[in-house]
Amino acid sequence: MSIEDCRKDFPILARNFNGRPLVYLDSAATSQKPTKVIEVEADFYNRLNANVHRGVYALSEEATAAYEGARERAARFVGAKDPEEIVFVRGTTEALNLLATSLSRSLLAKGDRVVSTEMEHHSNIVPWHFLRESPGIQLDFVGINEEGELIPADLERLVTKGVKVTTFTHVSNTLGTLNPVREIADRAREAGSLSILDAAQSAPHLKLDVTKLGVDFLAFSGHKVLGPTGIGVLWGRKELLKKIAPYMGGGEMIMEVERGRVTYKDPPYKFEAGTPNIAGAVTLAAALEYLDHLGWEDITAHDRALVADAWTRLHDAFGEKVRTFGPPPERGHYGVVSFALKGVHPHDMASLLDHEGVAIRAGHHCAQLVMRRYGVPAMSRASYSVYNTKNDTARLVDALQKTEAFFRGVA
Amino acid sequence: MAYDMYQERILEHYRKPRNSGHLEHPDLSGDESNPLCGDHIEVELKLDPKGSTVEDIRFSGDGCAISVASASLLTLRIKGMPVSEIVKLTQEDMEKLVGVPLSPVRIKCAMTSFVALSHALSSPKASAPAESH
Repeated sequence: MSIEDCRKDFPILARNFNGRPLVYLDSAATSQKPTKVIEVEADFYNRLNANVHRGVYALSEEATAAYEGARERAARFVGAKDPEEIVFVRGTTEALNLLATSLSRSLLAKGDRVVSTEMEHHSNIVPWHFLRESPGIQLDFVGINEEGELIPADLERLVTKGVKVTTFTHVSNTLGTLNPVREIADRAREAGSLSILDAAQSAPHLKLDVTKLGVDFLAFSGHKVLGPTGIGVLWGRKELLKKIAPYMGGGEMIMEVERGRVTYKDPPYKFEAGTPNIAGAVTLAAALEYLDHLGWEDITAHDRALVADAWTRLHDAFGEKVRTFGPPPERGHYGVVSFALKGVHPHDMASLLDHEGVAIRAGHHCAQLVMRRYGVPAMSRASYSVYNTKNDTARLVDALQKTEAFFRGVA
Repeated sequence: MAYDMYQERILEHYRKPRNSGHLEHPDLSGDESNPLCGDHIEVELKLDPKGSTVEDIRFSGDGCAISVASASLLTLRIKGMPVSEIVKLTQEDMEKLVGVPLSPVRIKCAMTSFVALSHALSSPKASAPAESH
């Protein structure tokens, strides 16, 4: 199996819209799924379905083995040695809410400082914003420079002694920026701060290795890495997972419940109250296996080639009329290409591209701090996955030329 | 479908929006953001001395063709209209006023100015002139 011919593994890409084959350029929102992965979910319900960890019958043991096998696969995917460092969650958003809530109960106190960045998705801002009210933390943001990179002077000024949590994205969902994770993680550690990495946008394109990255926690979503919705992964250092407070309470996460006292299981189970998304975890494991088989060198090279090609095509086709956001590809730019086209509002653009069968995203991309930084209400964003080709971008640019010509007549 | 919504009447209002800008001393104002696209529209109203009729109206803000054209059409409709009738306007009336086929997501663009207007009419200042007669 090679990345060049993996497109045929994704049945949805054979659909037509308005009489034209779908060009799906919204994988940063959610990726499409290969047949093999879709079949694993059906197979789970056809053959393996039972609740996990509780039943003494063989079927439940098989379901448990499949679920725990998925945990092992997820651990390998992030480069963790111990599967017990993997907590299954709904997605990156839940992972970050879990951490904010848990840390607010076990580590953070009034006046403590948390550092985030302007580049974050709202899911890495709002859970921390909640803590401004209680327990009353101070939340600061590292700024972005014109090229879409974090401002080093801000990091030096903000990530200093006394900061309790430094939370940031690996790859920006609007700018495509690859952040210097190791450098920030090392700085955080020296300052005595925990470090949390949002890997939602890097997991589809880059081999993750928590040892090399050097962070304390990392989260990603299954549905962006060819897996199903409603399943994601939080990885954390075991000693920290042991130390921090549980998140949701309920079944599966307790040792003993007495009237006046509750004791909890060890991680990861302490964080997995209720019946988990068993089929989701098993299916996610199949998606991770699919990506591993494609090979990470090829996956990353494929993405870099698509981003560089899109960047060039947009500038060649529209010259001064196009504004692209984020670092130029040679500086490291992954997964997404956000742009604005003079005279065409992103929403109008997305509607007319849809007419040509081209699916892109127009809006603030859940990153309003980025929109404010660049002084725009919205951006248009084309985003890529393993199944995309340069032909997809060629179709995008063709459709954009029609759209631009249409609105040029208007203006 | 997509091109159907960009009829000449809509494009003309997008190109030359009516009543765009600000009033010097508005009696009421309200705004609305479209969280889907980050667009923002503000509506300002000048009422007659009794506070019962809209004498003048302006709108401002960023928007797509649909939201700007809709705002422009809305201002033409309600200028000179009694407040008591404006508050009876429904989303359906607004869709009729815009008069082009819109997908569920794009209807929100058309409704941004309408919601801003209703915010203006229910803003705290709204009760002041009404109480004076």
